[in-house]
This record gives sequence, C-alpha cells and structure tokens, in this order.
Amino acid sequence: MKNIAVCMKQVLDPEMPLSLFRIDPETKSALPARGAPPVLSPFDENALEAALRIKDDEKAKVTVITLGRRLVRAVVTASLAAGADELLLLEDASFNEFDPFLTASALAAAIRKRGPYDLVLCGLQAADTNAGLVPIGIACLLGVTCLTGAREVRLKEESVVVARSLAYGYEVLEAPCPAVVTVTYEVGSLREPGVEAFMSASAKPVIVWTAADLELEQAGMAGGRTEILRMEVPVRASRCEILEGESVQAKAEQLVSRLQQAKVI
Amino acid sequence: MVPPADGRGVLVYCEVEGGRLAPLALEVLGVGRRLASALGQELGAVLIGEGVAPLASEVIVHGADKVYVGEAGLLCEYVLELYLPVVEEAIEQAQPAILLFGHTLVGRELAPWTAFRRGVVASMDCVALEIDPHTKRLLMTRPVYGGNAQAVQVSMGDPQVATVRAKTMAPAVKDHGRYGQVVELKAGGRLPAPRVKVLERKAEPGTRVKLEEARVVVAGGRGIGSASGFKQLEELAGLLGGAVGATRPPCDAKWAKESQQIGITGRIVGPELYIAVALSGASQHLAGCSAAKVIVAINKDPEANIFHVVDYGIADDWKAVVPALLSCLRARTDKETEGIWR
Ligand SMILES: Cc1cc2nc3c(=O)[nH]c(=O)nc-3n(C[C@H](O)[C@H](O)[C@H](O)COP(=O)(O)OP(=O)(O)OC[C@H]3O[C@@H](n4cnc5c(N)ncnc54)[C@H](O)[C@@H]3O)c2cc1C
Ligand SMILES: Nc1ncnc2c1ncn2[C@@H]1O[C@H](COP(=O)(O)O)[C@@H](O)[C@H]1O
Repeated sequence: MKNIAVCMKQVLDPEMPLSLFRIDPETKSALPARGAPPVLSPFDENALEAALRIKDDEKAKVTVITLGRRLVRAVVTASLAAGADELLLLEDASFNEFDPFLTASALAAAIRKRGPYDLVLCGLQAADTNAGLVPIGIACLLGVTCLTGAREVRLKEESVVVARSLAYGYEVLEAPCPAVVTVTYEVGSLREPGVEAFMSASAKPVIVWTAADLELEQAGMAGGRTEILRMEVPVRASRCEILEGESVQAKAEQLVSRLQQAKVI
Repeated sequence: MVPPADGRGVLVYCEVEGGRLAPLALEVLGVGRRLASALGQELGAVLIGEGVAPLASEVIVHGADKVYVGEAGLLCEYVLELYLPVVEEAIEQAQPAILLFGHTLVGRELAPWTAFRRGVVASMDCVALEIDPHTKRLLMTRPVYGGNAQAVQVSMGDPQVATVRAKTMAPAVKDHGRYGQVVELKAGGRLPAPRVKVLERKAEPGTRVKLEEARVVVAGGRGIGSASGFKQLEELAGLLGGAVGATRPPCDAKWAKESQQIGITGRIVGPELYIAVALSGASQHLAGCSAAKVIVAINKDPEANIFHVVDYGIADDWKAVVPALLSCLRARTDKETEGIWR
C-alpha cells in the first residue's frame, strides 16, 4: 500500500471581497475577515484531488497535514469529507504563516515522525504567501527530489511520473519515490464529498501535534531567515475615464479616437 | 540585530531561450547592475547551457563585470539536478551578497534550492529591489495575498536570494564600451547522474502565441461565456496586430488554452495596450497585466473592480461593444488603405 502525505494550508479566502481585506500593521499579516471564513488554499485542494485519483486506482493511504496557529475545524476537516484517510494537525501559537523555514521544518518533521511515505503532495504556492518555498524546503530537509508545477501525477511501482506545462509545451518527468511534488489547478478541482465519505468523515482519525511534539531544534535548518519589515495594501489611484455616449457605437468611436491619441493603435 | 554581511557583490542568473538571452535575463541584469553600483561592488552573471559561451560578450555589454559560463552538451536543456551544481559552483567562486533569478519555471526552482541549501530563505516574485542606504541590506518588495498586499522584507543572512517578476524592472542598457572577464566553470566534469528522468518534452502546436511580445493584448474573462466568443476576440486582436489572453475561468472551461492565461500563475505581459473584456479584475489576474501602458476595460458591471485600475472604460455588454469596435477599426483600416492608393 502507498502512503501519500498531502500538505494543505488554511488561508484567508483569496476570493473574498477586497473591501473586507485589512492588514494588521502590528503582526504584518492580514486580519481574519468577519463574514469571510478561511479556506484550504486552492492549489492544495488540487493536490488532494491528485492524491485521491491515485487512491481511486490502487490501495493508498492519504494523510493530510495542516499547520497553523489557529485552525478552524470546520475548514480543515473538509479534507476528510472529500476522501482523505486521516488528518494531522500541527497547531502551535509559535507557528507563523510567513515563515517558510519554520513551516517546512515542522512539516518535514511531522512527515518523518508519521512513518514511511512514498509521496508528498503540495500546492505550487499558497494563496497568502504566493511563494512556492515550503515544498522545496521539505524536500531539502527530507533529502528527496521535488518536482514542481505538475498538471498530472501518476504513481508507479517505485517512482512518480509527472506531466507539467512549459511555456510552449509540456514535459513528462519521472522521479524515484519518495519525492515531493507540487501541483497547479490544471490537475482538476477537488471532488465534492459523496454522501458516504461525508458521513464517515467524523469517524476518521484527527491527530493534533504541537511544536514540542516535533522536536524542531533537530529538524530545523540553521541560518538566516527573512524578516518582513512592513506589509501594506498598495494604494491604487483610480484614473479611469468611463466613456459615455448615446449609443454603443458612439462609445466605441470615442475609445478608438482616445487610443489613437495615446498612440497605442 | 545587524545581519551578517559576509558576501560581496551581486550575482545574477541569465536565462537563455532558443539560443538567445531571454528578455527577463536583460531585466535581471538591469536590476543587478543598479544594485551592484549602489553597493560599489561587482556584478557577476551565470550563463548555463550548450553553446552559450558566445553570449558572454552580450552579457558584459549589458552590465556584467564577470561572466561565469557553464558549458556542456548535457546542459542543453534545463534539468534542476544538472543546473543546480553548476549554479552552486558559480556561487562558491563569487560568494555574492545578493543572488538574483528571473521568476520563471527555472528561477522558481533554482532560487529556493540554492537558498535553502545555504541556510537562507529566498524572496520570491519581487516587484521592487532597493538597497537600504543605512544597513546596505537588500529591501525586497513582493506581492502577497494574491496581490492584495505588498510585503517589504529583508534577508537576515547572505546570500540574499530573490526572484524577479517579469516586466517590473528596467532592462539593462547596452554599453559597447564595457569590458569584463569570462570565467569558465568546470561544470561538465562532475555532473551527477540525475535522479529525475525526462521521459518526454514536446512543444504543443498553437501555444506559441507570444503574448509577452505582443504590442496589443485582448484578454477575455468568464463573461465571454463560450469558445465562439473568444473567436470574436481573436478578430479584434487580429485587427490590432495583437494576441489574445484570458483569465483563469475561460482556461478551465477550455474556451481558451492554458498557455493563454494571464496572471500570477500564468503569463506576465506588458503591452502598449491591454483590453480587458468581461473580466472582473481579480488581483491574481491584474498581477499579469499591470505593466501595460494603457489599459481598457469593457464590463457590463459599472462597479467591477477592473474599472479602478484602467485608463478607459466602457460599462456595457461586450456583445455589443466588441462588434462596434470591430466596425470602427475596420472603417479606420479602410481609410488608411484608401490613403495609400490615393
Ligand atoms: C492562488 C490563485 C492563483 C490564481 N491565479 C490566477 C491567474 O494567474 N490568472 C487569473 O486570471 N486568475 C487567477 N486566479 C483566479 C482569480 O482569483 C479570479 O477568480 C479570476 O481571475 C476571475 O476571472 P474573471 O474575472 O474572468 O471572472 P469573474 O470574476 O467571474 O468576472 C467576470 C466579469 O465579467 C463581467 N461580465 C459578464 N458578462 C458580461 C457581458 N456580457 N459583457 C460585459 N461584461 C460581462 C461581469 O460583470 C464580471 O465582472 C487565481 C486564484 C488563486 C486563488
Ligand atoms: N501551514 C501549512 N500547512 C500545510 N501545508 C503548507 C503550509 N504552508 C505551506 N504548505 C504547503 O506548501 C505549499 C507552498 O506554500 P508556500 O511556500 O507558502 O507558497 C502550499 O501550497 C502547501 O501545500
């Protein structure tokens, strides 16, 4: 049986209305928004879908690992309802969603501690950090390879085969297991939980570990971090001229003449 | 806490595309030169591939003081495990304070790997890079939360590693009076047998839209509603000598090709003119087009966010506006041709 770990991050809903988005200058991160509950990061949902497709075809155990300071149970247990077998929550007030170094160390330590694994699936990048650092950090710490940006993931006897889009085409790569693979939305959306999976979700194991359970000092990389000096919402001065006119044709003519004046057509 | 400053100079990775320096490589050289001069230090550049040595003089003309060249037949195409040791050989020699990559498929892998392996963390997808005049550390500005906010961060260790978003930094200016040194890397001799095998690599026909180079880009969103709607945008783009892009939903729905997606996870374009049709202006999309000189939006919802970031807007149904634009433009083209014949 294959063991697949899927790293899924709880993030601020990237599709929430901009009017609700606020930065806390103290913590230099976004404030939780009233009326917009957090979600699982979109590419991580694709990563879970990739794992579940492997499980559709062969015997596999899918463990979802979510790390955060304060995890909303209703949000993170959605992975179990969708079909994951167990949920490993790494919850500690000392965790920081913008510290890829600490996050990768904790996730790698948890993966090690949980037992043998064939594949670690992650999102290409998290919707809050937009970085794509943690999976490579995990691979670096575990001493395995990392294939990034997969649009398709298949597991073979002792290797993983991944297709990914290139600027002008695609390539198919094969890496020995265990390996870390990151996926994009091209993999496809996470399936809606079936009635059965939904009903059985509450019976599935949820394990909670803190930083102390992970003995992070040994797992971590020594060295320099990045420090966020400030975080701000960029001010956008609106300069838009809405073209008015009697008819659509009149508006279109105005636009064409404006663009000619601006010498862009 | 005063961070350590044990590195010297700036080292940039120059990506090669089809035997030539990639446009983004010139932008990375441009910012690298500016930072090196601000520090009063050297700019080094890394060139890797098969037959790339002749490009070294071009890299020098574009601002590098020293070019580290990794030439080998095996390096004809990018494979992380083959390129990483060659980049690391250059890093060992240069011991840079700052290490820059373009934010491409290649840079997205090489930057985190080289950083983590040196106990530091890379700053990804930067849109501004400045030297702090007091601390002499690199201030790295990067969009977070899908572009809803920007973080300014600093690396506490050296090298300070960053990737640069396309079209955000001024490209290097050519100066034929410059001279520099070429350093050959031993690369070829000690490449490991890669664990990752490339089973297949193919160009997909029709994906060469060259969106990045187009002077005009017409982008369609979810409101276009169908593949045939995109045909009309093709017609509009055709009349303007441009190319067609899309937001995420049309790519998902297969009205447009994945390679046409513009945004944080797609392409970054910087045309003279960007026409956004029936798309709402999500920050993840705007990340890919805000470098455009003039932006136009056509959206039937006057409250749509896109109107906050454009120069000209038409708040109406695209199904009426696009045909009207087509007829205006055709009339204009007819007049021009008349002019020629007269
Ligand atoms: C991690 C992450 C990465 C992402 N990366 C990208 C990316 O790279 N690129 C990208 O584009 N998206 C990306 N997205 C998705 C992004 O958040 C938005 O969901 C997407 O851009 C919305 O596309 P849209 O504007 O076409 O659709 P919508 O937001 O649904 O907007 C459709 C618009 O069309 C208008 N409309 C409808 N009918 C008509 C009509 N007949 N005439 C005129 N107007 C009409 C509507 O008023 C509306 O404003 C990403 C999301 C996440 C979470
Ligand atoms: N706190 C977290 N918990 C679980 N997975 C995470 C966490 N942070 C990052 N990841 C994984 O790493 C990917 C990339 O994150 P990042 O490097 O922050 O862009 C995410 O898509 C997740 O798969």
